[in-house]
Amino acid sequence: MALEFKGVTKTFDLPGGNVLTAVKDITFAVKEGEFVSVVGPSGCGKSTILSMTAGLYQPTSGTVTVSGEVVTKPNPHVGFMLQKDLLLPWRTIIKNVEFGLESRGVAKAERRERALFELERCHLKGFESHYPHQLSGGMRQRAALARTLAIDPDIILLDEPFSALDAQTKLLIQNSFAETIQDAGITTLLITHDLSEAVIMSDRVLVLSERPGTVMCEMPIDLPDRAHPLKRRQMPEVHQHAAEIFSLLRLDQRAA
Amino acid sequence: MSRANSHTLVGIVILALLLAVWQILPPAMGVPKFIIPTPADMLAELGRMYRRENLIANTLSTAWYTLLGFAIGSALGAAIGYLLGLSEFWERVLSPYILALQIAPKVAFAPLFIMWFGYNAIPKLLVTVLIVFFPVLVNVLAAMKTVDRDMVNLARAYSLTRWQIFLKVEFPSTLPNLMAGLRIASTLAVIGVTVGELVGGNTGLGFLISYGGGQANASMVFNAIVLLTVIGIVLYSVLVWAEDRLLHYIPKKDH
Repeated sequence: MALEFKGVTKTFDLPGGNVLTAVKDITFAVKEGEFVSVVGPSGCGKSTILSMTAGLYQPTSGTVTVSGEVVTKPNPHVGFMLQKDLLLPWRTIIKNVEFGLESRGVAKAERRERALFELERCHLKGFESHYPHQLSGGMRQRAALARTLAIDPDIILLDEPFSALDAQTKLLIQNSFAETIQDAGITTLLITHDLSEAVIMSDRVLVLSERPGTVMCEMPIDLPDRAHPLKRRQMPEVHQHAAEIFSLLRLDQRAA
Repeated sequence: MSRANSHTLVGIVILALLLAVWQILPPAMGVPKFIIPTPADMLAELGRMYRRENLIANTLSTAWYTLLGFAIGSALGAAIGYLLGLSEFWERVLSPYILALQIAPKVAFAPLFIMWFGYNAIPKLLVTVLIVFFPVLVNVLAAMKTVDRDMVNLARAYSLTRWQIFLKVEFPSTLPNLMAGLRIASTLAVIGVTVGELVGGNTGLGFLISYGGGQANASMVFNAIVLLTVIGIVLYSVLVWAEDRLLHYIPKKDH
């Protein structure tokens, strides 16, 4: 298993002595090369799952395992990406892609070589010496993906990476990410609130309940063309799946 | 004609008008030159100061202590700003003292420093260091508190050490604020040195101001003020020049 959550509960002590249970008794596994999305109402602990996988903090009880190793601290097996691209504005694109390799004792020439390879894979060839502010939002997210892939992680965590993009760019970048991820054969956990995005990009969707978040349902998406979300969007099954998740989350009642 | 050229032209016309009015109006209204000297009086006095009052040596002395005080004060301010920025505990413990010292009028310390260290260069240097210290410290500290937490987490996830995170993420993030602090500090440095020289010195432009004032030589005072301003402008311009180069990655706003 690339990633495994076993009975994971995370609580936070709030000022004033209250305890907030973010997620409760979460158990799931992600196979190698699998693309799994996590959806759920806001505040259900989606980002808590991500932070625990990245090793930024530990579960209160239960274990998180990445590639067979229990996660206790930030580790080189996990790469993560947020809605913000987090590119360092004072570095050129290629120096940004090299950023994650600098603390790992990778020689300078090899860093450059790997960064160039990832930039080409993310369709950013020719933009190596640009600064982030010279790139569009979509290109910046692709640069962030290149940086994430450059460290050669076992799994990448995507926390709503498309939600700051405009509608058309979003479709194109989803497609470009899906191709790159398929090509790299890398295990991916996508956290999103966009139900159809979850369906068109994933092999499987985990639906979380309201806080404290628990896994309500695991929905396999048995559709072809995972590498081409644009094609998947045309399939009628996508809408059925999205509608099913919609009713599971009782979004209609929440709106009322 | 380009826009920049017309800016320069209008600027020159305004300066010429200003000097002309200054030259003509006070004598026409019967104001004596020991109250408001004309530009011509000042120019003549500048020549006399050059011959009789060691103008060059005094100007260089003031420029040197401005630069030295600025360098020491801003280095200390930046260092302590970064240290406090790294330690929330010490920041909380020390912030009331910092606030109190920041509010206290630094120039008022000048007579004390003279009592302690005598009529030499140390008091004016200390006043300058003190006055330069705070804007740099406050700017750096504020910037350290607003460094993007997600960026720091990203660096942590990439297993950077605490020191690497400071060098590669926090320090560059705070650079714009550090430079803004230095710019403010550069203008204050001139004030610090001037006060030090006014209160207890026998060299520098501040000394020439108090000496000229004692002799009712308004031209001398005006000339010294102009030269002090020039020193400030030079220091400020060098900083702006350095800032433009260091922060080239920040997109400029088009006006």
